[in-house]
Amino acid sequence: MKSLDRRHFLQAMAAASTVAGCMPAPTVFAPRTAPKVVVVGGGFAGASLARALRRTDPAIAVTLVEAGSSYTACPFSNLVIAGLRDISQQRFTYQSIAASGIDVVCGMATGVDAEARLLSLADGTRLPYDRLVLAPGITMRWESLPGYDEKASELMPHAWHAGSQTLLLRKQLEAMEDGGLVVLTVPANPYRCPPGPYERASLIASYLKQKKPKSKLLILDAKDDFSKRRLFQKAWSALYPGLIEWVPLSQGGKVIAVDSQTNIVVTDFARYQAQVANVIPPQKAGSIADLSGVADRSGWCPVHPETFESKLQKGIHVIGDAALTGAIPKSAFAANAEAKICALAISRLLRGETPASPKLINSCYSLAAPDFGFSITGIYQPNDGQFAEIAGSGGVSPLDAPPSIRRAEAEIARVWFQTITAEIFA
Amino acid sequence: MASNLFDRLLWCLVVMAGLVASARAAEPSTAWEVPVVALSCSGCHAPVVATGGLIPQLAGGNRDDLIAAMQAFRLGQRPATVMDRIAKGFTDQEVRMIADWYAGQR
Repeated sequence: MKSLDRRHFLQAMAAASTVAGCMPAPTVFAPRTAPKVVVVGGGFAGASLARALRRTDPAIAVTLVEAGSSYTACPFSNLVIAGLRDISQQRFTYQSIAASGIDVVCGMATGVDAEARLLSLADGTRLPYDRLVLAPGITMRWESLPGYDEKASELMPHAWHAGSQTLLLRKQLEAMEDGGLVVLTVPANPYRCPPGPYERASLIASYLKQKKPKSKLLILDAKDDFSKRRLFQKAWSALYPGLIEWVPLSQGGKVIAVDSQTNIVVTDFARYQAQVANVIPPQKAGSIADLSGVADRSGWCPVHPETFESKLQKGIHVIGDAALTGAIPKSAFAANAEAKICALAISRLLRGETPASPKLINSCYSLAAPDFGFSITGIYQPNDGQFAEIAGSGGVSPLDAPPSIRRAEAEIARVWFQTITAEIFA
Repeated sequence: MASNLFDRLLWCLVVMAGLVASARAAEPSTAWEVPVVALSCSGCHAPVVATGGLIPQLAGGNRDDLIAAMQAFRLGQRPATVMDRIAKGFTDQEVRMIADWYAGQR
């Protein structure tokens, strides 16, 4: 096939259309005109990538495949659970993304033919691509915690996807009597948003302290340590004395079963009768990762750090929570940074250039109370096939900081959320 | 004056390049020449968004001020929440690239 210029290609297509109606474009022509990048998943990772690619190289045809008509963001959704924020502030539409020249396709990705470079959707559509980016986020490992399946999550919400689950947990907390026991269960690493469960515990405690002060919150944890632990524990003693109890793995914190009918949570050592049970189960990469062969036995997707291209399938990139990157935590901030690096790498790969070696920042805020914030930061670079943290940089907020600094970090967290969501969705 | 003329020439080149490549352009290209080390700075300091309050907008800012600020953050000589920790992860050369890029935005 010799090069075919755009005008002749369009003429040929017009002729074909006359004969056969609306025919899909033959993929073999696609790279000669506009390179095609198809992105699956419209969250922080996928939507950021589509926007970044469009801004990087407007000559690339970008298609964003997303099953939902709007996106409900997880960061700050713990404030919704505590009754301190409206869920509408978490919701974003794809209108501006579509208006920026990105083809937004509402559909569910069901399979990939990596050889033919075709993505299949549930409605039978087949989308050709030169590069495919999968940003499917997480799915729950329903099989891994006895008693906890999708149906059980309607009684014991995980609220680890924001939306109806967030509102269900809020409703249950509102309905609970003063003096009730809230049980929050946390899985082993890795999972989405490492400090998220502890921010949630803090903000639920702030609600209980004000409205239901005789209540207790029990955290059953499958780990012996967690992100920003000393900062959280110091804040809990100061703000909610006696209200939160954390049970680590070594003290019997690992949950081995739940009963959603009776709201009982079981560990090796005890059975807890919860009034409200927030079960955050073990997770893995979103289902398209398995279906397309980019997930390994861990359930996550190993990628090359320079390009975020899968180590298992050529031409497919994986970004965001689904990716196995090494040291980078699964956060919205990191997903956005990975998306920008991946977009730049893809634009260079499509021009036959070599992507530059990246550096990636993660900066992740937690609220111990609405005006009490602290952060963890890390700077990462490729080392031996994955991302490693750069020694001597990053770290957590100081353990001893005046309230003004905690207020400032809470405010910066809010500005960050406004900025990143505007950059992606506005 | 010389730099002014250079700017105009550069602007002409940019416009011409833009005309050639703008068949699909719906928004201005901002990241095309972005150094990859600057990309994740934009997670907070997004050049395409009017950031406000406690996160300063760096796009279009003064290059030397930005370099000086990063050095002061790294040495703990400037009050900070997160920038003291982040600045320690970047070399002088990377900071200069980041500052050049931000100064050239807008």
